[in-house]
Amino acid sequence: MKTMKNILVAFIVSVGLQAFAQQTPAPEQSGAITISGATAHIGNGDVIENSVIVFEDGKITAIGNSGTATKGRVINASGKHVYPGFIAPAKSLGLIEVNAVRASNDQDEIGDFIPNIRSLIAYNAESRVVESMRPNGVLIGQATPQGGRISGTSSIVQFDAWNWEDAAIKVDDGIHMNWPNSFSRGRWWLGEPRGWKPNKDYPKLLGEIREYFTNAKAYGNGSGQPNNEGFKAMQGLYNGSKKLYIYAEGEKEMIDAVTFSRSVGVTDVVIVGGYEAYKIIPFLKQNNVPVLVRQTHSVPFRDDDDYDLPYKMPKMLVDGGLLVGLQNASMSNFQTRNLPFYAGQLVGQGMDKETALQLITGNTARILDIDSTHGTLETGKSATLFISEGDALDMRTNVLTHAFIDGREVSLETHQTELWRRYMEKYSRK
Amino acid sequence: MKKHYLLLMVFFTLTITYAQEYYPKNDGVKEKNTNYTAFTNATIHVGPAQVVENGTLLIREGKVVASGRSVNIPKNTVVIDLNGKHIYPSFIDIYTDFGVEKPKRAEGRGRSPQYEASREGFYWNDHIMPENRAISKFKYDKKKAEEFRKAGFGVLGTHIMDGIARGTGVLVTLNDEDDASTRILDDSAAQFFSFSKSVASRQSYPTSLMGSLALLRQLHYDMDWYEKGLASTRDRSLEALIANKGLPAIIEAGDKGNDLRADKISDQFNLNFIIVGGGDEYESIAEIKASNARYIIPINFPDAYDVSDPFATKYLSLEDMRNWNQAPGNLKALADNGVTFALTTHDLKSPSAFSGKLSKAFEYGYDESKALESLTTVPAALLGKSDVLGTLEAGKYANFLVTSGAIFDKETTIYENWVQGRKHVINDMNQKDIRGTYNLNASGKSYELKLSGEVSKPKAEVKLGEKKFTSKLEYEADWLILSFKDDESGESYRSRALIPSEGTTFAGKMVLPSGVETRFTASRTGEMDASEEDKKKEDKAAPEIVPITYPNVGYGFSTKPKAQNMLFRNATVWTSENSGVLSNTDVLVKNGKIDKIGKNLSASGAVVIDASGKHLTAGVIDEHSHIAALSINEAGHNSSAEVSIEDVVNPEDISIYRNLAGGVTSIQILHGSANPIGGRSAILKLKWGEDADELLYDNSPKFIKFALGENVKQSNWESYSRFPQTRMGVEQLYVNYFSRALEYEAAKNSGKPYRHDEEMEVLVEILNGDRFISCHSYVQSEINMLMKVAERFNFRINTFTHILEGYKLADKMAAHGVGGSTFSDWWAYKYEVNDAIPYNAAIMASQGVTVAINSDDGEMSRRLNQEAAKGVKYGGMTEEEAWKMVTINPAKLLHIDDRTGSIKEGKDADLVLWSDHPLSVYAKAEKTIIDGTVYFDLEQDKAKRQAIQAERTKLINMMLTEKNGGAKTRPPRGKDKIHFHCDTLN
Repeated sequence: MKTMKNILVAFIVSVGLQAFAQQTPAPEQSGAITISGATAHIGNGDVIENSVIVFEDGKITAIGNSGTATKGRVINASGKHVYPGFIAPAKSLGLIEVNAVRASNDQDEIGDFIPNIRSLIAYNAESRVVESMRPNGVLIGQATPQGGRISGTSSIVQFDAWNWEDAAIKVDDGIHMNWPNSFSRGRWWLGEPRGWKPNKDYPKLLGEIREYFTNAKAYGNGSGQPNNEGFKAMQGLYNGSKKLYIYAEGEKEMIDAVTFSRSVGVTDVVIVGGYEAYKIIPFLKQNNVPVLVRQTHSVPFRDDDDYDLPYKMPKMLVDGGLLVGLQNASMSNFQTRNLPFYAGQLVGQGMDKETALQLITGNTARILDIDSTHGTLETGKSATLFISEGDALDMRTNVLTHAFIDGREVSLETHQTELWRRYMEKYSRK
Repeated sequence: MKKHYLLLMVFFTLTITYAQEYYPKNDGVKEKNTNYTAFTNATIHVGPAQVVENGTLLIREGKVVASGRSVNIPKNTVVIDLNGKHIYPSFIDIYTDFGVEKPKRAEGRGRSPQYEASREGFYWNDHIMPENRAISKFKYDKKKAEEFRKAGFGVLGTHIMDGIARGTGVLVTLNDEDDASTRILDDSAAQFFSFSKSVASRQSYPTSLMGSLALLRQLHYDMDWYEKGLASTRDRSLEALIANKGLPAIIEAGDKGNDLRADKISDQFNLNFIIVGGGDEYESIAEIKASNARYIIPINFPDAYDVSDPFATKYLSLEDMRNWNQAPGNLKALADNGVTFALTTHDLKSPSAFSGKLSKAFEYGYDESKALESLTTVPAALLGKSDVLGTLEAGKYANFLVTSGAIFDKETTIYENWVQGRKHVINDMNQKDIRGTYNLNASGKSYELKLSGEVSKPKAEVKLGEKKFTSKLEYEADWLILSFKDDESGESYRSRALIPSEGTTFAGKMVLPSGVETRFTASRTGEMDASEEDKKKEDKAAPEIVPITYPNVGYGFSTKPKAQNMLFRNATVWTSENSGVLSNTDVLVKNGKIDKIGKNLSASGAVVIDASGKHLTAGVIDEHSHIAALSINEAGHNSSAEVSIEDVVNPEDISIYRNLAGGVTSIQILHGSANPIGGRSAILKLKWGEDADELLYDNSPKFIKFALGENVKQSNWESYSRFPQTRMGVEQLYVNYFSRALEYEAAKNSGKPYRHDEEMEVLVEILNGDRFISCHSYVQSEINMLMKVAERFNFRINTFTHILEGYKLADKMAAHGVGGSTFSDWWAYKYEVNDAIPYNAAIMASQGVTVAINSDDGEMSRRLNQEAAKGVKYGGMTEEEAWKMVTINPAKLLHIDDRTGSIKEGKDADLVLWSDHPLSVYAKAEKTIIDGTVYFDLEQDKAKRQAIQAERTKLINMMLTEKNGGAKTRPPRGKDKIHFHCDTLN
C-alpha cells in the first residue's frame, strides 16, 4: 500500500513537471480483462448483480452473472458499478476550448446553409475540456458544429485519441439544422420593444429551407456537375446514410419540421431540444421521431410553466413511448461532464434508474445509429465502459476507478487532477 | 340664415384677436370688445361637486364673471341659450410634451461607451438638464391642440420629455384664437424628473435604474453643497436646479415599484414629488396609499391579446393576461383608497383614445365625479393654479365644455370647447338629429335607408329589397352626402341633399351610375332602433375581474401565508452544527423560531408533520445570486459604490418561487462584475408574496461587490478607453479610491463644510469595517493583490466570490481571514478560468478557509444541494462538511449565522424538508419554510398549477369574447426574460 502511494507521488511529480500536457492516449488492449463482482448496468434497462464482464481486443466477449468464466486480468469490482460509457450528443466538444477566447473557437462557421462543413477535421483530440469528461464517465460524443440554419455535419468520436482520425467512431453521421421560430425576439437594441412577438418571416424562412432541400435532391438526381459540396453533403439524408438533427422547441415548429422532412423525402429525423414535445407525443410517435431532450438542469422557458418541467419532461416522453436521449447542446462544453446527473435528476421525478441510464447510453446510441457497436454492455460490442465506486448518476457517488475505451484503459487524470495534487502537495510540505 | 350667423361669428372672433393693447396695428383700426357672453338655461357643473340646474355662466375677456342660478346679465351681453345642455370645466392634462419637439437620438458610434459629459459648464452628467426650459422649444401645435380639445381638454402642461432632470415645463391653454402672449399661462409651471436617460446623449452613466436613483440622490446633495457656495467652479445645471426649487416637481416613475422608489427619494430630500405612475398601482395599493404622495396616472389600459392561435398563447403569461383584465380597475382602486391623483393622456397613442379608456374605468366602477376632479381641480391644485383653473367660479379662466348631457355618458356629444372665452366648435350643436329609417325614392326605385350611430356622425345603411349596398355618409353644416355602391355590379350612386330645419323629409340630387342626374326624396318611416345599442351596453355591464394574488403573477398566493407552529416528527436532522446529523429526531417550530430539537417532543398545539424517512435541513443560502433584481450592473463608471441593489429588488420574479422549490431561503443579490468597485448588495429572505422591503433582512449586514479580472478590464468586449485595462491598473484604482476615502473622512470629521459624496460614504464604511466586501475573483495574483491592498488600509476582505484559483493560495486566504464562495465545477468559459478546478472547494476547506458554494445563476441556485454534493465527489469532503457549504458557511460569510444557516434552538425557522438525502440528485424539496412560514409546499404547488391552468383558460375565453365582440386586439407577446449573471449589462 505504502509503495503504491510512493509510486503515485512519483507519478504526480513527473506529471507536474510536464506542465499540463494532455493525458497520453492508452495503448491497445493487449490481453483479456475481466471485471468481476460489480453491479452491471447494461444500458438497455437491465441490471446484472455480481456480474462478470470479459473483454478482449476491445470488444466484450462475455457478460453474465457470477457463474460466467473470467479471463485474463481480473479486476475485482465487488460493491462497485459498471456502466457503458456515457454518450454526449449534439455537442461542440473539441471544437472550442475557451468560450471567451475567439482564437479557440472552431464551432461556428459563417453561412446559413453549409452542410458540407465537417466537424471532424477540426476536432481537437487533445482538448483539455474533452479530457475532463472521462473522470465522470462521459466517453463518447457527437462533435457537432453550431450556428446558421444548417450548421454542418457532425461525427461521432471517442474521448481518448491521438488525433481526429483515431477518435472517429462514425464519420459524418448527421446534418444539424436549426429550425426557425414562429415567434421572434424584439431587437431592442434597434429600438424595438423587448419580448417575443409573432415572427412575420417564418413562412419565408421555411420557404428557404424547402428550396435548399429540393435543390439538393434535384442535384443528386443529376450528373453532379458543376460540383456543389453543399448539395453533395445533403445526399446522405436521402439515401439514409445520414440523419437529420433538427433543433426545435415549439409544438408548431416540431410539427412543421417533421412534416417538412417527410415531404422532401428525409426519413431519419431526430428532434433536438423539444421543449414542448410532451404536447405532441402521439404525433412524434406516429412519425417515429426520437427526441434528444435539453438537459434537465435548465429553467422553464415561461413563467407559468411547472418549476420542474425541465426535470420531468424526458420522463413524460419516455412514458409516452418515445425514444429519448439527453443532450446539453446549449450549455458550455465543460458542463457535459454533468451528463450523468442530468439523467439522475429524472430518478427524483420517479423514473427508474436503469431507464434514466438508457437516456445517456443505449437510447442515445440508437438515436445516433451506433447501437450495433456502442451504448450497452453486450457481447460483441465495444468495451467502452467504466467502473464507479457507487451510483454514477448521483454526484456523491460518481467516483471512477477505471475507464476503458475499446478495451484500452484510459487515464482518469486530467489537467484538473494534476493541479489538485500539485497544490495538495504544496500544502503538505508545511 | 344660420350659415350667415356662423360666418358672422367667425368674423367677429377675428376682430378681437388682436388684444395686446400696446401693439401697433396697421391692417385696420384698433377697436376693443368688452362685451359679455352669457350661457343660459344650462346645467352648469361649476366644479366637480357643484351643479347648478338652469344656470347662467357669464364670461368676459376670457374669464368667468359669474356662474350660478341668478346671474345679473348686463345689457352688452351676447346671450346663448343652452337649454337642455351641460357646461363643464374643461379638462387639464399636466403631463404631455405638446408642442415640444422630441429630442433626437444621439448617433451611435460603435459599441465603445462614452464616459465623459458632452457639455461644459454644466453638471458632470448629460442626463441632468434642470436648465432646460420647455418654453424655449415650445411651438403651439394647432393640429394636436384640436385633438386634445376634441377629447375635452383645455389646458395642458408640457415639457421636454427627455433625461433624468428635465428642467421646467410650460402651462398652456388650447386657445387657437389668441397667441402665445395669452395662451401661455406659465412659462415655468413645474419642474420634471425621471429615471430614464436622455436619448440625446450617449454618456454611459447611469446604465441602470439603480444608477438613476443614485444620480438623483447625488444631484440633490450637490445642489445643497452648491447653494452653500462651496463650489469653486460654476455649474449652470445646479444653478437652475436651485432656481427651480419652489416649483412643483413631477417625476415619471412608470410603474408601481418605481412609484415607491420615487417616493423614497422624495421623502429623503423633501422634494414632495408628484409621481407619474404606470397604471399598475392597484397591485400594491396599500403601499401606494401609504406613500402619501400625489400622482398623475395614465390610463392606457392594455388591449386584449389575440388568442385565437392556441400555439401562440403559450407566450402569454398569466401576469400579462391578468393585467389586461385588472388594469382598468386601477383608477377605482386609487380613488377608493383616497389617493390624490390627476389623469393624463400620457402613454396613449392619441388623445382620441382617452374617452374610450375612461369609460372602461367606469365599467370597472370608477366614480364619475372623482374622474371629473382628477381632470380639473386636482391637476389645477397640483400646479398651484386652483385660483385660475379647475372650476367655473368667478375670476377663473373661461375654459369649459358645452355638452349634450352628462360628460362621461357614452351617448354624450361635446359640442363646443371654449378656451379663455374663445369658442372652438367640436360638433355643431344646432345640427339636426336625422337618425331613423327612411324610404328613399329615386329613378323609380324605392330603397330602404337607415341612419344610425351618433347624432353628429350618423352612419347609413342602404337596401333594395334583400340587396345590401356598401354606403358612405357625410353630414356637416346641414348638408348630407350619401353614396352607395352595388358590390356585384360595381355601380355607384352619389347623392347630395340639404336637410331642412323642419319636417321629416329631405330631397336632393342623385347621380346614377349612368351619369344621369336625377332627384331623390327620402321620407322618414320610423325612429332609430335603439335596441342594438342597448344590447351592447348590457353585455359590457359587469366585467368579471379575476382576483389579485401576492405577488400578482402565476404561483402567487391568494392570501399571504402566515407563520405557524410546526412539529417535525422523526426526521433525519442535518443540523449544520457540531451535533451533526441526528436520526429520528423531532424539531419544534414556534413563533417563527426553532424552539426545540429532541426526541418525542410534545406538539403542544403545533401542526405535526410526519417526517419519517425524510431529511430536515436548514434552508439553503446562496451567497452569490442575481435573481429578483431589476438591474445588476451599473457599468457607467469604474466605481459604482453609490448604487445599491436594495433599491431595485423585484419581489415578483418567478425565480424566487423556483428557488424556494429548490430549498433556498436566503440569498445575497450581488451587484455584477462590471467594475472594480461595484454596488451595494441586497440580502433577502425569499418571502414570496411580500413586497421588496419585506424581503430585505432587518438590520441587514452591509455588503458591497468588488470585482477583479477580465470583466473589470473589459477584456471580452470592445472597450479600450476605460481605466483599468490591466490587472496592474486595478490595484491602482483601489489604492486611489481608498486614499481618497481617507481624505474624505478626514474632511468630514474636520467639522468644515464638505461635499456629501455617496460613493465616498460607502468606501469609508468599508475602511471602518462597517461594510463587507464580496469580491469576484479568479486568478491568484489578483486575489493576493486585493488582500495586500486591504491590509495596507487596515481592513480585511470578507469574501472572495468565484475565487476559482483560491486553491492556489488557500493558506494566504486563511491567514488574511477571508472566506471563499465558489462554483462547484465551472471552468473553460474564459481565459482566466483555465486553471479552475472542481477540487477548489475541498482544497480551500482543507486549509481552514470558510467555503461556500454559490450559483451566480438562477438555474443552478435551484439545486445548490447537488452542487454541494460535488464536494464529496471532487476532493472527498465528508457529507456534513459538504452540506455546510450551502447552509452555515454562507451564513457565516454573510454575517447572518446568528439568525439562520443551521438547525439550532433559538434560530430563525428557515427549514427545508427533503424527500431524500439532501445531497442526493434524487432529493426533492417538499417544504421550504422561512421564519416558520411555509413558502413552498409540493402539494400546494400542485394546486397552484391547476389554478393557473383554470385561470388562463378563463382569461383566454374572455379575450376571445372581447375579440369576437369587435374589440381591438394585439398579437400575443412574450416577456423576454433576462437571466442575470455577473456580466449581464442591461
